[in-house]
Amino acid sequence: MDVLSSLMDGFATALTPMNLLYALIGVILGTAVGVLPGIGPAMTVALLLPVATVLEPTSAFIMFAGIYYGGMFGGSTTSILLNTPGESSSVITAIEGNLMAKAGKAAQALATAAIGSFVAGAIGTSLLVVFAPIVVQFAVSLGAPSYFAIMVLALLAVTAVLGSSKLRGFASLGLGLAIGLVGLDFVSGQARLTFGLPLLSDGLDVVVIAVAIFAVGEALWVAAHLRRTPLQIIPVGRPWMGKEDWKRSWKPWLRGTAFGFPFGALPAGGAEIPTFLSYVTEKRLSKHPEEFGKGAIEGVAGPEAANNAAAAGTLTPMLALGLPTNATAAVMLAAFTQFGIQPGPLLFQNEGPLVWALIASLFIGNFLLLLVNLPLAPVWAKLLQLPRPYLYAGILFFATLGAYSVNLQAFDLMLLLVLGALGFMMRRYGLPVLPLILGVILGPRLEKQLRQALQLSAGDVSGLWSEPIAVVVYVIVALVLLWPLAARLWRARRPRTGGLVVADGPAVDGPAGPAAAPSVEAPAVEGRPVDGSAAEAPADRGPDAGRHRADAHANHGQEKS
Amino acid sequence: MSIIVGYIPTAEGTAALDRAITEAQKSQSRLVIINSSRGDAIVDKRYAQAEDISSLTERLDREGIEHLVLQPVRGNDAANEVLEAAEKYRAELIVIGLRRRTPVGKLIMGSAAQQILLEASCPVLAVKASA
Repeated sequence: MDVLSSLMDGFATALTPMNLLYALIGVILGTAVGVLPGIGPAMTVALLLPVATVLEPTSAFIMFAGIYYGGMFGGSTTSILLNTPGESSSVITAIEGNLMAKAGKAAQALATAAIGSFVAGAIGTSLLVVFAPIVVQFAVSLGAPSYFAIMVLALLAVTAVLGSSKLRGFASLGLGLAIGLVGLDFVSGQARLTFGLPLLSDGLDVVVIAVAIFAVGEALWVAAHLRRTPLQIIPVGRPWMGKEDWKRSWKPWLRGTAFGFPFGALPAGGAEIPTFLSYVTEKRLSKHPEEFGKGAIEGVAGPEAANNAAAAGTLTPMLALGLPTNATAAVMLAAFTQFGIQPGPLLFQNEGPLVWALIASLFIGNFLLLLVNLPLAPVWAKLLQLPRPYLYAGILFFATLGAYSVNLQAFDLMLLLVLGALGFMMRRYGLPVLPLILGVILGPRLEKQLRQALQLSAGDVSGLWSEPIAVVVYVIVALVLLWPLAARLWRARRPRTGGLVVADGPAVDGPAGPAAAPSVEAPAVEGRPVDGSAAEAPADRGPDAGRHRADAHANHGQEKS
Repeated sequence: MSIIVGYIPTAEGTAALDRAITEAQKSQSRLVIINSSRGDAIVDKRYAQAEDISSLTERLDREGIEHLVLQPVRGNDAANEVLEAAEKYRAELIVIGLRRRTPVGKLIMGSAAQQILLEASCPVLAVKASA
């Protein structure tokens, strides 16, 4: 088997002591940022981009992979112990997980989350090994028009399907595409959006943009409402599971994995939808439906498995097509470009050893995460006592250092501030960050494929749908855009068949519904700590605390930076 | 006139509270309980949670002491909150809990107790946790 021997070579590379060390650094950093709400793997990878350029590309990506998986593991700890999701993909886990913890079963909740994440991560990565080469085989036959169509689909789907407001999503995408346009036109050499500044003619450095939007924007946002009533954390010992817990967990783990991987692999994937679907399914299939709403272990096991499987799924289009579908994958794609590696279907051919080492390191990182997370969960929870001014001062320091070190020019610091302010304003007005970063990273490549397709057809627009796959993809694009509208009309006209529509609904209707649903459901959880304290806080604190909570919920809809 | 006590849910804090209750019973004054947090960390163990506070007020009601529980989260140090409350409620006495600190820890972190002792304009009673 060719794939198997490549994978074994990958293991050989990933298991060298130096690379193992980077994998360990990655998973520890990843868990830490996963535990802390507001800091996510995308921000961490962005901050490490400048540092990583001095490393071997393989080592750098092994570290990034650890951060990526680690973020998914760590998010569950905060969800369960604090009822504040550390990651947007852990929002669902918080519902049952925190109730379990309140009922004195925090150890079991943490254990099923960690072991479920491990199981799903292992299965998901295996599926990645199987499917990525197949997708590559299919993708190398694609011409520029099909490629262009697939990218359009990815951008539209991420923008229109995820998040609560389509308008805000498209506004953010527009900003990203505009930022991506800055610089010289690569065909004609004409300057675009440079405002006569020669320093802009090289375009904006992706590192500076990512660091500004994720790190500076988030730091300013946190600084803007730094003070809030401290939450209560549920004390916990070492996670463990009884025989009964295992019996009730293994099926949800597998079902969660089955939901997570395909959704992650789709261009509009994300981890929020499969976690929600998994939760609903477990609720329906559970033998203990009365426990849902009081802390059912199935409601933790399923969604946690789903979000890790989705993380693995996301890597399939990222590695096989060069198509990122979440913020972390987008920043990792930027890292490829930093190293002068061309992402796309030829990645497996040209950079085979690197890619397989990366995949092998996913297996290793997954195992390391289990070792790091299970015995040390109480230690990770201590991170939450860190005063945030120190944390964010450190982040700003590294952001500035990193942005300056890329090109060693002070102009980049100005850009960092301007774009950081943009990132802050986007958070202030609820614009999702993900479409922007995808626009910046995919925009130039999208344009390249468009220009190429038009050159092939000698400027004839019909060249864009000259390939059958392109036509199919455009039909899907149309469906994605028109479906919500059509569904609404359908329901308005035939209200009596509503049950039928709902029954077959989740397959297509799912993406639009659940994205909003978790944020509706979450506040309904009884005794949310923030709720209680907002009511008790002195009058001058009250409205502010309330607003913060609303903001927090608004943010859950989008990928966390 | 009132008695101010800086309360945290630890052994020192409880010792200070116990003593403050005795003092308040003796002098029939109002007891003002300050439990503050800077509010800059997501979790602050020194910030008393709802159950803790409600059992506290229950106990004070039972003992028939006029009391006021304040939990300011304004980004100020605990010492400043206590001193400000002492000023505002015209304290006759401040009761605080003391704990053992290494010299290095004190050098780096400072000492809330020391600041209260030096800056308060009324007598300060410092209590240690019973060993």
